[in-house]
Amino acid sequence: MSEMMTSPTPNGVELMAFRIGAQEFCVDIVSVREIRGWTPATALPHSPDFVRGVINLRGVVLPIVDLAARLGLACVEPTSRHVIIVAQVGKQIVGLLVDAVSEILTVTDDMVQPTPDVASEMAKTFVRGVLAINQRMISLIALDEILPKTLRDAA
Amino acid sequence: MSKVILTVDDSRTMRDMLNLALVEAGYRVTQAVDGLQGLEMLCAAETPDVIVTDLNMPKLDGFGFIEAVRKDARFRAIPILVLTTESDGEKKNRARQAGATGWIVKPFDSLKLVEAIRRVAA
Amino acid sequence: MDTIETIKLTFFQECEEQLAELESGLLAMNEGAADSETVNAVFRAVHSIKGGAGAFKLDDLVRFAHIFETTLDQIRIGQLPPSPEVMKVVLRTADVLADLVAAAREGDRLDEAKWLPALEECRALSDASHDAIELADFQPVRVSFDDIDAPVAPARPPRVFTIYFKPKRELYANANESVLLLRELARLGEMTVACDASALPLLGELDADGAYFAWTVELVTTRDEAEIREVFEFVEGDCDLTIEGAAIPAPAPSDVAALIRRVQAEMGAESRAPAFVQRPAPVHANAPLKLVADAAPSEGRSAAPPAKADIAKNEIAPPAATIRVEFDRVDRLINLVGELVINQAMLSQRIIEAGFANGSAVTVGLDELEQLTREIQESVMAIRAQPVKSLFQRMSRIVREVADATGKSARLKTEGESTEIDKTVVERLADPLTHLIRNAIDHGLEAPHSRAAAGKLSEGIVRLSAAHRSGRVIIEVADDGAGIDRARVRDVAIGKGLIPADAQLTDAEIDNLIFLPGFSTVSELSNISGRGVGMDVVKRSIQALGGRISIASRPGKGSTFTMSLPLTLAVLDGMVVSTSGQTLVVPLTAIVETLRPKSGDVHALGSGADVLAIRGSFVPLIDVGRALGFRTVPADPLTSVVILIETEGRARNALLVDTIQDQRQVVIKSLEANYCHVPDIAAATILGDGRVALILDVDALVARSRGDVAPADLPFAEAG
Repeated sequence: MSEMMTSPTPNGVELMAFRIGAQEFCVDIVSVREIRGWTPATALPHSPDFVRGVINLRGVVLPIVDLAARLGLACVEPTSRHVIIVAQVGKQIVGLLVDAVSEILTVTDDMVQPTPDVASEMAKTFVRGVLAINQRMISLIALDEILPKTLRDAA
Repeated sequence: MSKVILTVDDSRTMRDMLNLALVEAGYRVTQAVDGLQGLEMLCAAETPDVIVTDLNMPKLDGFGFIEAVRKDARFRAIPILVLTTESDGEKKNRARQAGATGWIVKPFDSLKLVEAIRRVAA
Repeated sequence: MDTIETIKLTFFQECEEQLAELESGLLAMNEGAADSETVNAVFRAVHSIKGGAGAFKLDDLVRFAHIFETTLDQIRIGQLPPSPEVMKVVLRTADVLADLVAAAREGDRLDEAKWLPALEECRALSDASHDAIELADFQPVRVSFDDIDAPVAPARPPRVFTIYFKPKRELYANANESVLLLRELARLGEMTVACDASALPLLGELDADGAYFAWTVELVTTRDEAEIREVFEFVEGDCDLTIEGAAIPAPAPSDVAALIRRVQAEMGAESRAPAFVQRPAPVHANAPLKLVADAAPSEGRSAAPPAKADIAKNEIAPPAATIRVEFDRVDRLINLVGELVINQAMLSQRIIEAGFANGSAVTVGLDELEQLTREIQESVMAIRAQPVKSLFQRMSRIVREVADATGKSARLKTEGESTEIDKTVVERLADPLTHLIRNAIDHGLEAPHSRAAAGKLSEGIVRLSAAHRSGRVIIEVADDGAGIDRARVRDVAIGKGLIPADAQLTDAEIDNLIFLPGFSTVSELSNISGRGVGMDVVKRSIQALGGRISIASRPGKGSTFTMSLPLTLAVLDGMVVSTSGQTLVVPLTAIVETLRPKSGDVHALGSGADVLAIRGSFVPLIDVGRALGFRTVPADPLTSVVILIETEGRARNALLVDTIQDQRQVVIKSLEANYCHVPDIAAATILGDGRVALILDVDALVARSRGDVAPADLPFAEAG
């Protein structure tokens, strides 16, 4: 697990940063297929609360994961200002509901610090490391942990 | 212009094998799936320089095909090689009586195939 | 050489086709219904497999196919009469051949114990000693021409051969050419040629097909006589040929003497026929051919038309115009057409919303587009359709094997083999069908003595049929056995706690108990019928295909399993309904009727369970919105709509929804592709408004609301 799941560029790796509430996160840009605005999802019965349902992405049935709920943060009813990051996770494509996309970061591996040892289960499970950029702390999300195991096994 | 070889075989595998070997050797290849289509190809497509035909085929077998080719003044001078898995002579002799120029024993390697064609091609 | 690999794939594909051809041909022969072309086709199938196997050095397969082919050839030429005993062996041999092909495809070698006995059995049918010679003869002999062009032993001293060669007319008749033979000889060494044209008649007497020349060739070569003879391999018997070799004395004793001798040999040859040495070719190659055209048109030309006429007469049908397309490409096309259908639906909805009047140019155009879209969709679906024939053919082997293993006598009768169904459905039917066939023989058919006692033929019949019926494919597996022993089934079900001891069940309900998970009757034979699985697995596989299975049984007469399957897995006829603000699609095949409940129709039964009174009987009422967790407050039945559905086993249930929107064909979209299986939901689709709607899994919903499915089966019981 020492190897970062990141995309090497001549100057390091590119990460897409986004915001949920007051916290900032980022994912490897290689996983990101596209960004789109929120559209109402069709609810799925018997599904965990962080699964908002499914939407039609040009003919593909795309599940939407409410990242706030997934990370155990306060979630709000999505509006048209919310953003869906369409990401490739393994063989599947998943929509991640976030508040807003902020920027593309180019960082080097050595800038990624280990996740501070905090009690939060969320931090341990989903955060691969943290970045300190201009006094901000940005958590690098491990996407392959975002879908529950039962879902990944079903793929 | 490179030479044209007409291959007549009901087995797709065999046609593909022939095609691969012949194209690699620089020949152009036309194909038919049985004797009947072979005759149609003769009339419809470019006259081949050499014909390679299987013997066991539906509709019109290799013997009938060869006989028909030899009866046609336009095609009687085209060398015909038969593909045969039998090396015992019985099939070979029947094929020769029908008018076959020569034969290739299956399984053939591509060198041997090309060599046989070279031997009979003008 | 990855192309060789592609050809190998083709070979195995072709093997499948040939094995199918073999199977159907042998079955026809077995029934005594084979004409000579069928027997030829059977022979050709094995012959082709052998040919291809040889090319890929699949030695076991070659060896086996060769013996098989020999036996079939003897049947073909009438030396071996296809008696029932012979055919039994031949059919078994065909099964083993299929096993060998399957093993070779996986890159494995089949254990010799699994095929050598069959080989010996087959060999015993034909003349064994003859085979041994032929087989040795057939072993691939690789002649490397590299060796000839670049001799490994160049040290061999050159020899001079005198080759006398006089073609007969047959040589030319077979399109061999003297000049080409001379060209080949020239490749072997240094050559001088003398042509003897003394036999050439006057031009007027010249027969275009005659052979008038003879050649004498002096060849100095390091090759041996066998290699020279090989040049004449194709014309052996079509020419007079003598080859005499003489060693050129090694140059050691006297270099000068050897040189002189050689010069003399060359001079001698040249002096004999100087005119033809350089160009013997044009004499024959040009002149006689011209004569064919000019002097002998009547013979040459008149022969041609009758030959063609014969062919035209024999022609049954033109060669089927087919192309081979990768499955992926068809799938992509189907997906795109699915998109087209959805887009067309969305466009229709927008246009209606925009308020265009019916009959306006826009709506007329839209109707045409809709019609066109549907036709495109149907045409594309038809690409994937394939007849069930290959599937049915595979079953005859199962019948033979299970009959052998159980000591029963059984015959498979098939009907409707040309019925077409989506390729995916065909593939996924193989397992359930195999199981049903096994079950029919193992559990359905009685032992021969019991059949005799019941006044039946000792040979049991298993009938496998396919037919199209109202947009679905109906596949039936029927046996003429004893039928279901209902008392026993009932006892087993009670014993296993599947039904209460005092349950009042109709005959049909008892029959359908065999589909319950955990039900299995004859345990000692489970390795044949079951392989450890029960009929519930069959039912689940059929349901997974969007199909339904039911059983009808008559004591003493036999049982019939009926499967109703969608033609394709890509589209579904559905009823679009709403509940709790959600849009759902209910598969039309499950729906019996829709109705509006009146007050007094709904009765509570126990805690939280409702039943609907309908024409004097009570059926369970399921509030779909609540069952799916979309709401917690029960719906008011009086403002709702009831959809009466029939699930597998013909049990009726009433689904309560808010409203019915319409009926339409929907394109099925997988939820599993990017998510996972969702309980109670079969799949998703995209509706005209561009939103995803879920397709209800009616059977699962009913089963779960009855409490058949434990909560642990739900995937999110321990999500995270």
